Amino acid sequence: MPKSMGAVKQAIPAEIGGEADVAMGSSGTAVQAAAGRKILPIVEGVVLVAALVAPLVLQDYLTVFATRVIILALFALSFDLVWGYAGIMSFGQALFFGSAGYGVALLARDLDITNIFLVLPAGTLIGLTFSLLLGGFLLLGRHPSSVIFVSLGTLTGSYAADRLARGWYYLGGQNGIPSISSMTLGGYEFSEGPAFYYLVLGILIVVYLLCRFLVRSQFGLALAGLRENEQRIAFFGYKVQHLKAIIFAIGGAIAGLAGSLYAFHEGFVWPNMVGVVVSTQVVLYVLFGGSGTLIGAVIGTVIVEGVSFWLSDNYRDIWPIILGLLLLLVILFRPLGLISFVLGERERVGSFGAKAKESVKEKRNAP
Amino acid sequence: MLLEAAGISKIFGKLTALDGAALTVGENEFHGLIGPNGSGKSTLMKCIAGAEVPTQGKVSFVNTDITAFTPTERARAGMSLKFQITSVLPTLTLYDNILLALQAQSSLLDLVFSRTRSALHDQVMTMLMQFRLADRAFDPAAALSHGQQQWLEIAMALAGKPKLLLLDEPTGGMSLEERRVTGELLQPIKQHCSLVIVEHDLDFIRDICDRLTVLDQGKVLASGTVSEIQANKSVQEIYLRRA
Repeated sequence: MPKSMGAVKQAIPAEIGGEADVAMGSSGTAVQAAAGRKILPIVEGVVLVAALVAPLVLQDYLTVFATRVIILALFALSFDLVWGYAGIMSFGQALFFGSAGYGVALLARDLDITNIFLVLPAGTLIGLTFSLLLGGFLLLGRHPSSVIFVSLGTLTGSYAADRLARGWYYLGGQNGIPSISSMTLGGYEFSEGPAFYYLVLGILIVVYLLCRFLVRSQFGLALAGLRENEQRIAFFGYKVQHLKAIIFAIGGAIAGLAGSLYAFHEGFVWPNMVGVVVSTQVVLYVLFGGSGTLIGAVIGTVIVEGVSFWLSDNYRDIWPIILGLLLLLVILFRPLGLISFVLGERERVGSFGAKAKESVKEKRNAP
Repeated sequence: MLLEAAGISKIFGKLTALDGAALTVGENEFHGLIGPNGSGKSTLMKCIAGAEVPTQGKVSFVNTDITAFTPTERARAGMSLKFQITSVLPTLTLYDNILLALQAQSSLLDLVFSRTRSALHDQVMTMLMQFRLADRAFDPAAALSHGQQQWLEIAMALAGKPKLLLLDEPTGGMSLEERRVTGELLQPIKQHCSLVIVEHDLDFIRDICDRLTVLDQGKVLASGTVSEIQANKSVQEIYLRRA
């Protein structure tokens, strides 16, 4: 039997047996060996091309929808860093997303500040500040905090912010802040449409590349250790709490950037945006697409939002149930998300060594 | 003295695991910690390494009181621990496992910009060669045999150039041949590092250690050179005879 057949045969049972896959990712190595190349850059390339041509083929109202999805994908990226790479279960990521949204909405409403070079850094700074405060409190204890403590702490933060926003007249109470003026660049106003879409896509690409650089650096190796066995790396001398607080703050800053874009794109902010619903939504995007891959977060957002959009159009009453079942199925049978259909565990975790690439190639070429 | 642990007690609920135990280790000394099952060897190791906080007692390391230090602070002071259960990072390659251990004290900026990556390459390969794992450098650690995982773990524990290495049952589950090799692998580190080793295999410990401390029911029964301990009547009664 030719070699490639063997590889395919190996791959099939692993595709079905989801759990064996989680343990060591035998399917990945087989699929990769069969393909003989890296899968991740291909997936990233396909997504990029699709994102670039989308406004050219979509109707106008769908471009507006796609812009919203891209902003949410940016938000999902922040959660993937925090959970997928550092293993911090943040159930309050919307706190940073929403508070930045409220922040820029207030800037626009009360101070008439809408310049893109002011509002986006301001939103990012708000996300960063809030995540530093909350992260400092939840993560910077003398001993590493438990996953439960952090997830309940972030959840509570998000819930409290939601209640606060609902009750606070200055923030518009239940109704939030409506009709925010457009984001501006000199005399130009960013209104919904292709220009806003490409602006947001550009930002997503830049942030994505920065994240990619970070998680593939030696810092990324430390994060991998953190995620796999936090206690072990503390015994090596890593300042585990600092690592976590840093990545939490970076995540918060990205969520803030996404939140400020969202506020200007939608033209209004409302209490849900800081609350538990949106916090949970971003968890679902990332779990659905596949955590710890960056691109999985983007794909998850696009698919969850796309499917919701289509379902709500076609099954007006029962669509949330269908969506819920779909999400459950994926999480039950593909705990590593949709991306794990094409991406093996080995490539997902990656290699950090200096000469890793060359040596692996040498090995592959060896008879 | 490099390490001085004195009057260490550890009480878990109603169970007294350690009752005033003590351990003293000098520089470049290989010190064996032996005793019957449940005598408190592992608990004493954990109290020294910071995995457990002693109920009472004091641990000093290089003349500093480290009783209240976190594991991270102890590691940075030059203490290293190999866990009883192997805890290599299974999804990472051997290379990355060692690199992870080596770069533990690099600054944040060095890590983000991968400044130490190529500088540490030779050290990674040297460690892998020293522990006879170089040809597996780019396999995931999960693919190793149990014995090889133990070696990888010892290599990782040594990566930070510790002054003191704590080894909890390094030869557990190893074949005779693997035990012999483990002994060989440990010998050269004596030039720069002290060792505290918990082990059931008395032949192994006799061959490698300079001094022994015998624990029984959480107390020190005897402490001395290997020949002193072998001649000790009460030790023979509770331990060596049974072994």
